[in-house]
Amino acid sequence: MNVVAAIAVDGTIYAAWLFVMSVGLSLIYGVMRILNIAHGSLYALGAYAGASLVIAYVNHGYPPYLSYLVLFGAALLVGLIAGPLIERGVLRWAYGRDEIVLLLVTYSVFLILEDVTKLIWGVNAYNASQPYALLGRVSVAGLVYSVYDFMVVGFAVLVGAILWWVFNRTHAGRLILAVIHDQEVSLAMGINVPRMYLAAFTGGAALAALGGALTAPMISVVPGISVEVIVLAFAVVVVGGLGSLEGAALGALIVGLARSASVHLLPQIELFVIYGVMALVLVLRPQGLFGRAEVRRI
Amino acid sequence: MAGRATVVTGVVTVALAIAGAWLPTWALFLLTVALGKGLAVLGLVFLMRAGLVSFGQGLYYAAGAYTVGFLSDRVGIHDIFVAITAAAIVAVALAALVGLLMVQYREIFFAMLSLAFSMILYGLLVKNEAFGSTDGINVAPPAFAGMTLGLPGLRIALYLVVIAICVVVVYAAHRYVLSPLGYLAHAIKDGEVRVEYLGASVRRAVYAKYLVAAGLAGVSGALVSLAVGHIDPEMAYWTTSGEFVFVAVLGGTGGVLAPLLASVVFEVGRSFASAYSPYTWQLTLGVVMLLVILFLPRGLWSLLEVRGLARQR
Repeated sequence: MNVVAAIAVDGTIYAAWLFVMSVGLSLIYGVMRILNIAHGSLYALGAYAGASLVIAYVNHGYPPYLSYLVLFGAALLVGLIAGPLIERGVLRWAYGRDEIVLLLVTYSVFLILEDVTKLIWGVNAYNASQPYALLGRVSVAGLVYSVYDFMVVGFAVLVGAILWWVFNRTHAGRLILAVIHDQEVSLAMGINVPRMYLAAFTGGAALAALGGALTAPMISVVPGISVEVIVLAFAVVVVGGLGSLEGAALGALIVGLARSASVHLLPQIELFVIYGVMALVLVLRPQGLFGRAEVRRI
Repeated sequence: MAGRATVVTGVVTVALAIAGAWLPTWALFLLTVALGKGLAVLGLVFLMRAGLVSFGQGLYYAAGAYTVGFLSDRVGIHDIFVAITAAAIVAVALAALVGLLMVQYREIFFAMLSLAFSMILYGLLVKNEAFGSTDGINVAPPAFAGMTLGLPGLRIALYLVVIAICVVVVYAAHRYVLSPLGYLAHAIKDGEVRVEYLGASVRRAVYAKYLVAAGLAGVSGALVSLAVGHIDPEMAYWTTSGEFVFVAVLGGTGGVLAPLLASVVFEVGRSFASAYSPYTWQLTLGVVMLLVILFLPRGLWSLLEVRGLARQR
């Protein structure tokens, strides 16, 4: 019983983190049909920006509870700077080429950002654990968790709700939804598709950075954190269906629970299980659980 | 068939083989590793000609390397020819299994699923003590048909083996590219549905290409592991596969020599970069790849083609 509860709690926490970290990838793919490998670097940029700003903030002795806002601001800053820079500066020159060429373009951007991150922040670890420790600890089902972990869950729900609201209840969101469904018809109906591209990429970049900023207090921010994230994010998004908000949420939940189950029951296969789930879903339902089947080719 | 390209290739091969006796150690090692890795890239190029980019060739590269390591360290078989053959067989066998799944996917799904498979192997290697975990395994110097050689002789012998394999592979690849199956690659990239209507099996063609690519990656892993003398799970990591993709893009898919050429350029570039500017190596790679994609979509090879040297498509 205890194990089941632990799996559920761990899985939910992990799923929440997965969702925040990967939803931006899905958004960008949905609108632009670009699988953004640089997503991992944007995540790392967010983590570095968040960690270094929080450290500076705390060292100044400002009220610690506002450090969460600092994290948020750091992510927004990264998204608003890096997003338009990459989209306008690099990606748009390759529009109209094969999806796979765009994949290679974002891979180049990933390589560039890897070194840019190192040049800005060096190779030393950044530990900004103040926001993590601030809220104290709580015991659930006999296991001790940091309250921050549960804050991440709440935050993921909030992000999901806001995104759902934007897409389904606002004018701009509906325009983006239209572009996701059919780009050519949207263009014919007078939607400014290039502007939607810019908006979607900036939004996706900010979400990636937010994932990083949110993670920064939980880990020691070191070079290399970007690499794991991109594969993980892709697995999550593919399980749910690329370009679908509900899919990203469900994918995060499935992958999160599967991983925490394996951690508790059979730790040897932990790394294997995530990709195993992904491969299984691709075999059974190639478009993902929420994806729309395409007429030909997947 | 015996055009200028063949003559040039022959001359370059003989020159490279003879030069082996005078080249300084570092250059010999660099060329051995670069040409060895180039074979994996050549396999990847076969896939890319059909529009399939694999971000997981590290899977077969590592499988080949670990076969050699396992044979040498655990079984005690040191013969280089046995080791390379075994590596190729293991890689192809693995691909025969994984390929059944892979042939159903295209574009980014193919890319990312192949990546996922290589990461599974990486995960298994890292967690598995029997395969040396993160430390990897040391690979003993190989024997050549029963003969063991001292260090300078060993380096040259390895180099000559790599050159010989490259010549055989390049010739076979050249014939392959001009075969119906080779031409099918362009057709599959341009209009898969039409290929099916014409009566060719896309699935079978892609499967064959996948097996060939895996076999080459396996041989490549074997050669590099023998040259370096050490293997570790990094070989299955997706950054290794990413390097192959980079070199393939750099060389272009126009000719069978392009991947080998690009691989040498890449390794030379890396040596100089790590000597002069170690912190901006990836930055350089990214910028170069962007420039190649945007301004030289057919790779460095197209520069040679302009001068009429590389008319062999």
